[in-house]
Amino acid sequence: MIHHNRKGSEATMHSTTSHLRPLLAALLVAIAALAVAACGSDESGDGEETADLGSGEALTVYSGRSEELVAPVIEDFGGEVEVRYGDSAPLAATIIEEGDNSPADAFFSQDGGALGALSAEGRLEKLPKRILDQVPPQFRAKDGTWVGVTGRARIIAYGPEVDESELPDSPLELTEPEWEGRVGWAPSNASFQAYVTALRVTEGEDVAREWLEDMVANGVQTYDSNTPIRDAIANGEIDVGLINHYYVAQAAAEEPDYPVSIHYPPEGLGALINVAGIGVLSSSGDKAEALRFVEYLLSEPAQQFFVEETKEYPLVKGLDADPSLPPIEEIPAPEIDLAQIADLEGTLELLRETGAL
Amino acid sequence: MTGLATGLRTRAWRSLPGDAGRAALGRRRPPAGLLALGLLAGLAAALPAIYLVVLLAGSLDTAAETIFDSRTVGLTVRTVGLTVAVTATAVAIGLPLAWLTSRTDLPGRRLWATLTALPLVIPSYIGAYVFVSALGPSGLLADVLGADRIPSIYGFPGAWLVLSLFTYPLVLLSARAALSRLDPALEDAARSMGRSRREVFRTVILPQLIPAIGAGALLVALYVISDFGAVSIMRFDSFTREIYITWQSSFDRTSAAALGLLLVIGVLILLAVYSWIRGSLRYYRTGPGAGRPASIVPLGRWRWPAIGFCSLITLVALVLPVGVLIYWAVQGLGAGIDAGELVGNAWHSLVAGTGAALLAALFAIVIAVLAVRFPSPVTALVERLGYVGYALPGIVVALALVFFGTRVALPLYQTLGMLVFALTIHYLPLAVGSVSSSLLQVPPRFEEAARGMGRGPLEVFRTITTPLVAGGIAAGAALVFLHAVKELPATLLLAPIGFETLATDIWRQTSLGFFEGSAVPSLVLLIVAAPPLWWLTGRGEPRP
Repeated sequence: MIHHNRKGSEATMHSTTSHLRPLLAALLVAIAALAVAACGSDESGDGEETADLGSGEALTVYSGRSEELVAPVIEDFGGEVEVRYGDSAPLAATIIEEGDNSPADAFFSQDGGALGALSAEGRLEKLPKRILDQVPPQFRAKDGTWVGVTGRARIIAYGPEVDESELPDSPLELTEPEWEGRVGWAPSNASFQAYVTALRVTEGEDVAREWLEDMVANGVQTYDSNTPIRDAIANGEIDVGLINHYYVAQAAAEEPDYPVSIHYPPEGLGALINVAGIGVLSSSGDKAEALRFVEYLLSEPAQQFFVEETKEYPLVKGLDADPSLPPIEEIPAPEIDLAQIADLEGTLELLRETGAL
Repeated sequence: MTGLATGLRTRAWRSLPGDAGRAALGRRRPPAGLLALGLLAGLAAALPAIYLVVLLAGSLDTAAETIFDSRTVGLTVRTVGLTVAVTATAVAIGLPLAWLTSRTDLPGRRLWATLTALPLVIPSYIGAYVFVSALGPSGLLADVLGADRIPSIYGFPGAWLVLSLFTYPLVLLSARAALSRLDPALEDAARSMGRSRREVFRTVILPQLIPAIGAGALLVALYVISDFGAVSIMRFDSFTREIYITWQSSFDRTSAAALGLLLVIGVLILLAVYSWIRGSLRYYRTGPGAGRPASIVPLGRWRWPAIGFCSLITLVALVLPVGVLIYWAVQGLGAGIDAGELVGNAWHSLVAGTGAALLAALFAIVIAVLAVRFPSPVTALVERLGYVGYALPGIVVALALVFFGTRVALPLYQTLGMLVFALTIHYLPLAVGSVSSSLLQVPPRFEEAARGMGRGPLEVFRTITTPLVAGGIAAGAALVFLHAVKELPATLLLAPIGFETLATDIWRQTSLGFFEGSAVPSLVLLIVAAPPLWWLTGRGEPRP
């Protein structure tokens, strides 16, 4: 048995090694390549590290806003900036876990909620008055730890089948029988959830619950995000949708006869304005440069870029929105403290209970 | 080839306690250096769990509140339900495919083997997205049928379908490798005593396959538990989705950590139950058996249904998603493709994936040698800890390394090394299982003989052991690679700034709502992953 055993295994060893030779060679090449790559990254790693120590070499920004939007703005900043892109919430969670050793100097967030979480953890530096004063108080943190950069309005988007006189004054009216099956929404979208949270805070839990239940009962069509809702209106699948204003404004800028229009509902928080904002980390090694970056984002050229590129509203006082849009002062936006709409968890629970999510 | 551990993780489980094959080796004390290395590897693998404990330590009240919340019960029931359903389906698809592609005269079986294994490479978030766009409310199918409303794919049906279709290859690969290792002499003997082929399969082959099926099924189950992509797109409320949402919506780390720790405990229970079942089976082989390929079963008139089955699975799990991706890619061509960027991203994926594969192989060798050659409660614990990182959602593993990286290894934080390390501990069990099973098939007396002739332990390991387990090491490394290239949350948070991979490119495009743009990197991902997969499926082939 022993004899048989050994013979069998030797044969196996031979066949395996010859079979594996090309693979092992490939692995060796890969190791070599990896070593080279690792050395390369070490160099850049060193650069990063010195930046963290505040030598002023490069500013590190964590951005929940996309590269398409942020990279072109940075080009004209006039300082070296390294950006880590991701979704706002995981980036905020990362900064919290990193603690005082965070490489980040500033956090550019898609929404106020993630900034509020950092602020609550004491991770954000209070911004100087000269920065805060540039933006109306409703679009910045009450404690001055972050400031809004651009704004987006919730709207009712509507197609050519809808006459202007039919348009509801409030999203709450979309539960009427005449709208059955004609409305689209995106319950998994952060802006929509912010709206529902605002509704809960101002009108009460019961109103929000009833609205969600009635909408579901009224055959509202569910989509993944805002863009497909807009497209569904454009191709006649549905007639109205609850989305952000710039999805329509962007498409309309590309196509003059775009069939979807914007309606700012004056009631029911229908024209709520959410913001993208930025804060400076209290652990930053180069706060002066980080503040300079914040100021740059609020400067006219940067604001103008966002206006042209995204059709968002500039938040700095005295700057104009895209000519195709009404000025921000004319939007019937509800007076609400953005920091108040932080209880997303309650909203998610409500969305699930009512079968919306 | 037969005598060697061709297999995926079949035998990992031999090294879990209660196993007869190992008990025979007796108890020996491992060399201090090896034990130290093993403990270090175990510690690394346990980092995510340690992180959860650290988060919870400060606020036990909140933790208890979360754990005893009535929602938690529902979550557990739903998650267990999905896990059981997907695992059963994956076995129902993977096992017949394994047999058809390794033991029958199915035309083109080598090709079918690779085609049916390829869905493993499709990230679940891509797969889910494709299915929503094909079968969703305003999708392709609804268009074709002209139907206003089709049954909703969201929720359990969608999550079950997508996860089953993209995880069954784990069972397929595992069962296929085991089939190729079976001793054909047993089947021949049974046949010669007049048993029918069907009886032989049921009474001789199947019982020997159970460990391999179980090992594959376990990996499927753990994958389902950890998956976020499919359940979030399909809107199925599982444990993982709840952890993500809790973290994202309220930055409530304590509740999220409490749920995560519950998950860890559940997984440890699952592992204990598994090893108990595994130990009670007591199937092991005493010698290498007959050194010839197993006989091939002629399918006869069953050939057509067999081809139909392979085609159906390939159609749904591979052709449909790839077809949709190609359709999107063509649609997106107008926007242009930055070939240079694409190649750069593919290179980054390759580098990170290869790094993780190599490091995982290294860790796996240490853990496997300890667990197999020096069985003890300590080494068994080290081995089991390796599975924890695989069952936890990627974001938890990533944040754990953010936490420890900035506190313990700041100079390495957000370097390539850190990313490779994160991917390694996330996918370690894939390699540990493979290596320890190979090792179990190497009789220790070879090593003892070499020692007796005066060679040192390291030299023995290098000259005797390594060549014998090389196949298992390479298989484990290949599996880690296949998973690492599609990993997203850890890559986004831990890669050096500007280090874009195919997976982060896909994320960037989809988060812009530009699905056409995500199709090209997805297809490149398939291309990058195909060669190791081709090699893996080739290992199940009987060699002439």
